[in-house]
Amino acid sequence: MPASRHITVTVNEQPYEAVVEPRTTLVDFLRGELGLTGTHVGCEHGVCGACTILWNGRAVRSCIMLAVQADGGTIMTVEGLGREGALHPIQQAFLEEHGLQCGFCTPGFLMSIYELLERSPDPSDEEIRDTLGGQICRCTGYQAIVAAVRSAAAKLRTGAGGYG
Amino acid sequence: MKPPRFDYADPRTLGEAVALLQQHEGEAKLLSGGQSLVPLLNMRLARPAILVDLAKVAGLDHVREDGATLAIGAMTRQRSVELSPVVKARHPMLHAATLHIAHPQNRNQGTVGGSLAHADPAAELPALALVLGAEMRAVGPGGERTIGAAEFFVTYLTTALEPSEILIEARFPTLPPRTGWSVTEVARRHGDFALAGVMATVTLDDRGRCATARLVLFGVGATPVRAPRAEQMLAGERPEAALFERAGRTAAEEIDEPLSDVHASAEYRRDLARVLGRRALAEAAARAA
Repeated sequence: MPASRHITVTVNEQPYEAVVEPRTTLVDFLRGELGLTGTHVGCEHGVCGACTILWNGRAVRSCIMLAVQADGGTIMTVEGLGREGALHPIQQAFLEEHGLQCGFCTPGFLMSIYELLERSPDPSDEEIRDTLGGQICRCTGYQAIVAAVRSAAAKLRTGAGGYG
Repeated sequence: MKPPRFDYADPRTLGEAVALLQQHEGEAKLLSGGQSLVPLLNMRLARPAILVDLAKVAGLDHVREDGATLAIGAMTRQRSVELSPVVKARHPMLHAATLHIAHPQNRNQGTVGGSLAHADPAAELPALALVLGAEMRAVGPGGERTIGAAEFFVTYLTTALEPSEILIEARFPTLPPRTGWSVTEVARRHGDFALAGVMATVTLDDRGRCATARLVLFGVGATPVRAPRAEQMLAGERPEAALFERAGRTAAEEIDEPLSDVHASAEYRRDLARVLGRRALAEAAARAA
């Protein structure tokens, strides 16, 4: 039986320590150990993007990352983005532009878009589509999501959206 | 819990990492970005006894110009190469190739060394290494050695690396003067594995005729492959559409029977090789002019 490992991670600005089996994927750790079920599990091989989180500021697939790899790092999940009554401007834009229907894929989209807008506050359509290309949505259709990204970018640039 | 049980080690030095590979010879797998390995673990197609994570080994994460060579550390994230101003300005072919690797969310984690050592025949970095004649630096129990790209890719998912060797750096030569390049592929959706792809470089002489060309096809066989007959057809010739058409046809004819699978038939892949070969040579020659 392989030895479990002790890890320390910061998730949504909260420090956590845990003992994990090496084979525990990061998404299972976030959901099962920390109870942060906002991050969804889709394809489990890095294609659909539902599990996308920020790892040291970069959007990555938490289903194909091991919890032991996260040791010492900083993670942000959708729970760190906003909350009921105080939505993040990206979430507000999704609401206004009809960027979601069932919502299963949404947490992953939000985190990928967060990284995009941090790096590129006024992204071109090509940049937006390149980012969204890594996320799969099966019900809304992508046009409304592209519109939501444009709207979120504008909100963030002008400081509108009632966040922070 | 999807993956099978395995042990995990995160050595701090290359020496420790090599020792772990020796100790578990044949049973250990190196973990870099995990964008290919962890899916294989999740599907239980890979069942290593131990993962040796290179994340904490210092000195493997760099993009450095070294004379006429761009040296990239094995643990450098593909995204770091893509976003590097030096790469974008001075090695545009490398920049263009990284944009075809899966999606930004995968490139944020996937590494240059991981992709080269995984040696997927449809992957971009192995094809790029072959067309540019890159050299791979590896460290093993016997010390360090350098392996040329032509010897490095052996067959499907198999390189010339010994079980206890670790790829530490890839060295990509800078393109010579009057040389243009092309990176082109066909995939069902952008970011998917290429059904077939072509990378080419064309060097013109001072009279504007083709001096040399390199043409590499990927996604069509067990490794990326050069098309030497097609390359030679260009020597001394005027760069024009009819020439590229003939060279593309020759490239498609000289490769072994392509892979046939649910994504594309062998016949379709061969036709893509012809069309992409023509387009890539034309684009490279235009960029050289």
